[in-house]
Amino acid sequence: MATERRVKTLIIDGRDVAGREDQTILEAAREHGIWIPTLCHLEGLTNVGACRLCLVEVKGMGKLLSACTTTIWEGMEVTTHSERLHRYRRSIIELFLAERNHICAVCVANRRCQLQALALELGVDHVRYPYLYPRFGIDATHDLFVLDHNRCILCTRCIRACSEIEGANTLGMMRRGIHNRVITDLNQPWGESPTCTSCGKCVNVCPVGAISQKGLSVIEGRKEHKFLPYLTMMRGARP
Amino acid sequence: MSKPKVATVWLDGCSGCHMSFLDMDERLLALADRMELVYSPLVDAKEYPPAVDIALVEGAVGNEEQARFVRLMRERTRTFVSLGDCAVTSNILAYRNPFPVAAIIERVFAETAEAPVQPGPEVPALLPEARPVHEVIPVDFFVPGCPPSADLIHHVLDELLAGRQPAIKNRFG
Repeated sequence: MATERRVKTLIIDGRDVAGREDQTILEAAREHGIWIPTLCHLEGLTNVGACRLCLVEVKGMGKLLSACTTTIWEGMEVTTHSERLHRYRRSIIELFLAERNHICAVCVANRRCQLQALALELGVDHVRYPYLYPRFGIDATHDLFVLDHNRCILCTRCIRACSEIEGANTLGMMRRGIHNRVITDLNQPWGESPTCTSCGKCVNVCPVGAISQKGLSVIEGRKEHKFLPYLTMMRGARP
Repeated sequence: MSKPKVATVWLDGCSGCHMSFLDMDERLLALADRMELVYSPLVDAKEYPPAVDIALVEGAVGNEEQARFVRLMRERTRTFVSLGDCAVTSNILAYRNPFPVAAIIERVFAETAEAPVQPGPEVPALLPEARPVHEVIPVDFFVPGCPPSADLIHHVLDELLAGRQPAIKNRFG
């Protein structure tokens, strides 16, 4: 028997909208055709609020809230687009680009990359912060896939897909801050992983070119981002 | 009134942006009526002239001579445009940046060279990192793209020559 859910009414960008009480601001906004930029969010995975792009203003709150992790409440007044939010979102994109070695022209995900697309969308035409040029390696030990840390934005979509959907828990994270890195098992080479099922979900959920299919060249990395809700539905989970 | 003076410069880049510039084809003839190309890999001027109105710069700043040169350019140029990903982001030139210069010189000129040589004093010393132009001097307009299309370059020049602000929207890469 379905649990009864109440409806809440709120205002997003001056529009009266309604949503289920368990919906997030992001879900309510998207249902009403209001666009909020996201990178770490992916339909079918739990939300973690890692990328901060979906930050919104909520009347009466002193701080900004991430739309993907905040559930709606009655009478909430949300602003999804303002000069301040736009400024912060631009900064976030620029910080992503400065933090590692994102070189679009030679990337497998070129033209299919969500970071590249958002930079364009948000009007980032150059990066105002000094690039860090860190020395990160590439793990190409797996037969089918490549993990390039230089292109990783630490959104954790791969880790969540591996854990929540595939149930393999191969992918994880180590260290903190700018030293933070996606690892396989206990920081072993991916090719030697006893837990990886080679399902490829991580490849498809990666929004950038950090995880890709082996052997593909620039621009060739096609990704299927929309298969998770289907997979969940086929497994009989309630939508 | 004299025509606006335009310069194009090729730093650490592959010349692809200049190829794209040439790709404007017959529109170049119309542009030639409205501007004077005073300095460029495409013309024979040896010195960067004073009082340049518009400069388009392709490539990252990778060595000491390029750093000196862009500073000189900035002093002599009214509107400075970073043209293409190498100028805007360092692009593939940045591939060397995580490695020390000495290790790169060793790798390229000794380890993997058929006849090992060391670059002499006549070769400008590499900077520790290839840097986007705007990290060295202030830049007025950014034109991302690898390369930017001929249409986009035409739009930028067309607007600047008309005294307007170009509306530049193009993805990296």
